[in-house]
Order: sequence, then structure tokens, then C-alpha cells
Amino acid sequence: MNAPATALNRFGLGARPDEPPPDDPPRWLLSQFEEYEPLPPAWRSAERTPALVGAWLAQQRAVRLAPEGQRSGIREAYLRQGRDAHVMAVGARTDSALQTGTPFVERLVHFWSNHFAVSVDKLLVVGLAGGFEADAIRPNVLGRFEDLLLAAVRHPAMLLYLDQAQSVGPGSAAGQRAAARQQRVRGLNENLAREILELHTLGVRSGYTQADVTEFARALTGWTLPGDEPGDGAEATFRFAPALHEPGPRTVLGRRYADGGEQQARAILHDLATAPATARHIATKLARHFVADDPPPALVQRLADSFVRTGGDLTSLYRALVASPEAWASAQAKFKSPWEWGVSSLRAMGRRELPPMQATNLMTQLGQPVWRPGSPAGYADLSATWAAPDALIRRVEAAQRFAQQAGGALDARALATRVLPGGALSDATAGAIARADSGGTALALLLVAPEFLRR
Amino acid sequence: MDRRRFLGSATLLAAPRILFAKAATERRFVFIIQRGAADGLNTLIPYADPAYASARGALAIDPASALKLDGSFALHPSLGHLRTLYAAGQATLFHAVASPYRDRSHFDGQNVLETGGSAPYQVKDGWMNRLLGVLPREGKEAIAFSPAVPMAFRGAVPVTSYAPSALPQANEDLLMRVEQLYARDGQLHALWSSALEARGMAGGMGGGANRQDAGALGRMAAGFLGRADGPRIAMIETGGWDTHSGQAARLAAQLRNLDHMLAGLQEGLGPVWDQTVVLVATEFGRTVAANGTGGTDHGTGAMAMLVGGAVDGGRTVADWPGLSAANLLDGRDLKPTLALDALITAACAESFALEPERLSPVLFPHGGKRPLVPRLLRS
Repeated sequence: MNAPATALNRFGLGARPDEPPPDDPPRWLLSQFEEYEPLPPAWRSAERTPALVGAWLAQQRAVRLAPEGQRSGIREAYLRQGRDAHVMAVGARTDSALQTGTPFVERLVHFWSNHFAVSVDKLLVVGLAGGFEADAIRPNVLGRFEDLLLAAVRHPAMLLYLDQAQSVGPGSAAGQRAAARQQRVRGLNENLAREILELHTLGVRSGYTQADVTEFARALTGWTLPGDEPGDGAEATFRFAPALHEPGPRTVLGRRYADGGEQQARAILHDLATAPATARHIATKLARHFVADDPPPALVQRLADSFVRTGGDLTSLYRALVASPEAWASAQAKFKSPWEWGVSSLRAMGRRELPPMQATNLMTQLGQPVWRPGSPAGYADLSATWAAPDALIRRVEAAQRFAQQAGGALDARALATRVLPGGALSDATAGAIARADSGGTALALLLVAPEFLRR
Repeated sequence: MDRRRFLGSATLLAAPRILFAKAATERRFVFIIQRGAADGLNTLIPYADPAYASARGALAIDPASALKLDGSFALHPSLGHLRTLYAAGQATLFHAVASPYRDRSHFDGQNVLETGGSAPYQVKDGWMNRLLGVLPREGKEAIAFSPAVPMAFRGAVPVTSYAPSALPQANEDLLMRVEQLYARDGQLHALWSSALEARGMAGGMGGGANRQDAGALGRMAAGFLGRADGPRIAMIETGGWDTHSGQAARLAAQLRNLDHMLAGLQEGLGPVWDQTVVLVATEFGRTVAANGTGGTDHGTGAMAMLVGGAVDGGRTVADWPGLSAANLLDGRDLKPTLALDALITAACAESFALEPERLSPVLFPHGGKRPLVPRLLRS
């Protein structure tokens, strides 16, 4: 694939027919850092985190005050609202991807949102996942990794998804009080601590132990959602609750952290965010996402070096990626994920919007429902995950439906050279499109062509 | 309970089997993976272990409501159909089981379980794919009931995948043209041929099953496996077993679904059920003690099941290590005493009349010599 086509498809979200291919591809990618809008118009109709937390707190309060018989009804109503908020946010994400003038940065949003995955498989999260992307990920993708990490793990969606919100230090004031009254007390939950080490920062098999996990979990106690007292910080989305915090110094990865309340876990997170293992983990994932399942070691090393040298400055990391020759190799080593394929198909057709419910259903049918990976690891970023028989036939079915919706208004022959410019369109595909018996079939063939399924 | 308790022992594998059998088999082998580390201690409950109730606290299943199997173990109340199968001699349950993996990462643990390595990412293909490699049927014999191909099935032998879709079917003309378009692309050509074949089989089954309905999913899978020309080996993925909080209700729902899936498989397979072996396993177990949030954290020893008409069942097999604090692994987990690898090897060898000593290095190349597991299937 030539450089303009690579910039559009591998780094971007696929070409739109109304935008000419970039004449200086690397410069086009880097210029997007200045133009990126953290909250573009498509997102402005979606509910934001403070309001979503407010609704969650109001529900909890209502449940507590309601007689037993009415509680499940209140919970169900809240869940229905949450599902509506989820669908609206999926629509916002999709429209944002279709409309964006900074598709490289938009792709980075998707990358980081998957790195810090939350899943609406856990019903508590259903209303909050969109707010997580809008408020924890989007504003921080061009900043420092440490700030992105902090924003992600302090967001209520993550605190609920990985059970942090209810973790209580056994030796904390709340733990001691309950023990004294011989109440059954909530205690430590190590889920968030483990996944930060394994998935978000150092990476698995990087040398931490079970004891490190438990110590970090103790340090994190007290990190929770705002309390549900009326008037308790109306815009707050995070709270440190000293009464839940396990007192005492902690030792994580051989380093001692003095007792310091909220600051204790922050200090650990700071060290994790800047650790060499984290640099390597992030470099590998980024290179795997953009270049190949098994990325070239020299590229990974260069990215890791950049991360260490800059203390995790993400823009520098992306610059190093764009400056790397490996990232511009002509072979299309990546098979698009369902999200990438769906978005690039709609962009190829010049679509700027998709009704939220359609967007939600489309991604479910293609096998990658938005913000619903099966685990905190997020969706796998390997070709073998997506290049499967059933997944392929679904794309053909979806392509046929897209073509029917376009209703013959698009000329696939003209579209093909815009979407796959500079000779990226193969003769075989061009021939198949030209031979198709209808405009719809021609368009569907373009969308499922080998060079369109890969990037 | 006895510290060293071993049920169903003694009958070791009798005559050696041929590794590369010449006759095509009628046996069906289904692997149901429980992703997320299913809690074996509340699935197959060691109710007689004095430490069980105290360690689990409010999470302990009341023996009065559990489905008692013998003087030591009981099934979770949601597993009514499995209890019936057990009584009919069609289910063997294994406890304190583990793969060679001893850390507590889901993704590494699943990689070891599915690749058959002894460490994560050591082996690049899946043990089910390598099993297919030594079976006589040429291709087409295996199917994953999921849109993607799970790791256990990845490798040299082509494997198809199928999951019910709500998208409108593509028309014949488009399908033909796509086939031509992929003719010169090795990867897409293979995927496409496989996909069409699976869709063809599904076509005669009267519509797709809803993925949320585990019983229907079981019947759907049976629709493929029951056909004379259908696949013989299948994998079904189940998720949602990672119960860090609010475990009681979630695990009950998960187990109910598993129970319905097994019932759906049996119902859909009809007489073919007698030729069927279903293995249920998870990447690792959960902590013995409940955590502070009504759940359990990542542990080690788990339970596994062999279910099916071909199974010589009605037994629980456990070299029970005990749950008292001194007997736990790392002071927190059920200590594994049975190698899941050995169980898988024995189940596959018996299912397909292969020599276990020769099959073992194929499935588990880093496994070394394994102790044999008692006879598992009806002869």
C-alpha cells in the first residue's frame, strides 16, 4: 500500500470520498494533534460523567428510602435509563468516527479506550461506559500516560467495573467499626489492583507477585465514588473515603510507600506509570495495533525508548511511531477489527451519521459490541481474533445491507479509487466491481475486497 | 473427610490404543470452556470439609439446599439436570484440578489451557487443533460455536466457526462473486469456504438460536454434531465466570445456563448422545475464602466435568487436599492434585481410540510424563 493509502487506512479510519488523499501523509497525521477536538459535536448530545454519577447516586438514595417492595422497580428503571444512555453514547462514538477531521487521534481514542477496557457485561457500568470514554479517555490521549492512567482508574465506570468502589481495608475505621459490632463487613477486593499491574501498566509476567497485588489493593482502599449525601459535591466523580482506607505503610515491588491516605496509591501509580516495563508494554501494544501482530523488535524498542525518555509523553510516542519506517511497510499486515471495518465502510460511503440503535446492533452483529469486551483485557488486537469464517460472512451480509441502504446512489467504480488511492486498489477487485450486475453488488464487493478488509 | 480420598481409582487404561486410527469415528467431543475462572468450590461443593463453611462464610452453599452426590460432595442447586445425568451414570466430576499454570492472570491462564503449553504463549497453536491433526477424518470435522476461532482451535488444520446471526442473508449472486474475489487470497479463500459450509449445515435447522438462551445454544450445537456428515469435535465458549463481587446470584445464573446448555445438547443429539463426551473446564479456580465484597478472587485449584452418554460416570474423582489453612496453596487457594492435562489426554485418547502415551506429547508437548487417569468412558 502506498503512503497516502497507508495514512488513511492504517493510521486513520478509512478514506471519505469527499476528502482528497493527503499529499504529505506524515505531516497530515502529525497536524491532527493541533486540530483534535476532545469533545466534538457528535458527543455533545451524550450525557457526561457528572450527570451520570448524579443519576446513580439518586437511584441509590431512592432505593434506600423506598419500602422493600418498590426497590426492584427503582433499580429496573435506572437500568433502563442506563441502557438508553449506552445506546446514545454508542451513536455518539460512531458519528464522531464518521465525521472526524482527525481520524488518527480518533483511532488513538479507540485504542486507549480498549486498553483501559470497561465492559457493560457488568450491568452497573451500562450507563457509564460512554462517559468513561468522553471524560477519562478523550481529553487525555495527547497528554502524559500517567494522567490518562489516573483518569481511567479514578473514573466511576472503572471503579465499579473492577469492584474497587466497594473494597474496604480490614484495618480501616469502617472495617474496625464493623468488626467491633460483629457485623459482616465488606473487605478487600484485589481486582483493580491486579488489572492495573497486569493490563494497564507493567504487563503480565513482568515480575510482580501476589503480595504486590494485595499490597497495592490495600493502598487503593478508599478510592471510590462520591457519597450519596445530597449536596455532596455536585460535580464530583471521584472520592477518597479515609474511613475505608487501610492504614499503614505499603511495600509494592520492593519500594516502600508511607501511609498517606489517597496519596499512597497515587505514588504507586506514579511509579508504575513511569516504569520501564510499562514503557515496553505500551510500546508493544501500540506497535501491534498499528503495524503487525508480531511487531518488529526494533520498532518496539524505539517506542519504548521514547516513552522512557519523555516520562510517558504520548504525543512524542505517536511522533516516534509516525517517524518509523516499519509503520509504513507496504504489506497490509493487520486484518481490520469489526469496529474498524464497520467505520471504514460507512466512511467509504460518505455516511456522516448512523442512528444510535443501528450502530449498536451493527457492532453486536459483527462480533464486537461497543464497550462490551468479555474481559478487562479488552478486545484482542490480533488478526486471528477477527479473521474467522463466521465473522467474514457477517461482513458480506452487512456490506449487502449497506449497499441496499445506499440504493444505487453511489458509483462503486469511482468510489474505489478514492477509498484505495494511489494504486492500492488491485486489478482483481477493480475488475470484480466493474463486472458486477448492479451498483449495489459492486459497492458490497468493494467493502469486502481483500485490500479493504485489511489495513 | 479423608485427607487422601480417591474415588473411581484402580481401573487404569487397559489395552493400548492405536494413535492414528484408520476408521472414522462416530464419537463426538465437545469442549465447553468457562472463561473467567469458574468457582469450583461452589459448583462441586465439598460440604463435608469442616473448613468449607467457615472459609466461605455467607458464600457457603447450605448443604440442605445443595444436591448431594455422596458423603463428601454436592452440586450447586442450579445444576439439577447435571444431577440427573450423574445419577444415570453419565457424568464424572473432578475436583482440585489445574493446568500447569500457577499464576492468576485470566489471559495467561486461558492461553495455557487452550494451547496446552506449560507456560503462557510458549505454544503457538491450540491443543484441539493438534488433536484434529492426528485424527483420520480429513478437515471439516471441527467447529467453534462463536463468531471468532478460539485459541484452542487455532493452528494448521482448518476449523470452521458458526454463531447465529440476525443480519439478512446475502444473495447467491453476491456470494458467488465474493468467492471469485477471494479465489487468489489464501487466507480469505479458506475462511470463506469454511463459512459457507457451516452456513449450509445451519440452514436446515430452522432458524438461529438466541445466544442468550443457553438451552437453545446447546440444541443448535447438537444440530451440527448430530448430522451424519457433521463435525465431530466442537468448542463452545461461555464467559462471565469472574465473580469478584455479588457472586451468589451471578454464579447461580451461570450454572443454570450451563445446566440448560448440557440439557439442550442432550436433547438435540437424541441417540447420538450415547456417542458423546463433553468436557467442561476453566482456566483456574478461585480463592477458598470469600473476599470482602461477596465474591472470590483469582485462585488455583478448580473443578472439571466429563458429561455425556459415552461417559462411565456417576463418580466424583478427587484426591482431596483439604481446605484447612495449612493445606492451601500459598495460604489461599485450593491445592491442585489432579493435572487437567492428564484428564484431557485420557478423555481424548479414549474418545478416539488413541494411545494416551503417544497422544500426550501431541496435545501437551512440554508436559513430560503424566500419571494416567482412571478409565473414563464406557467401553
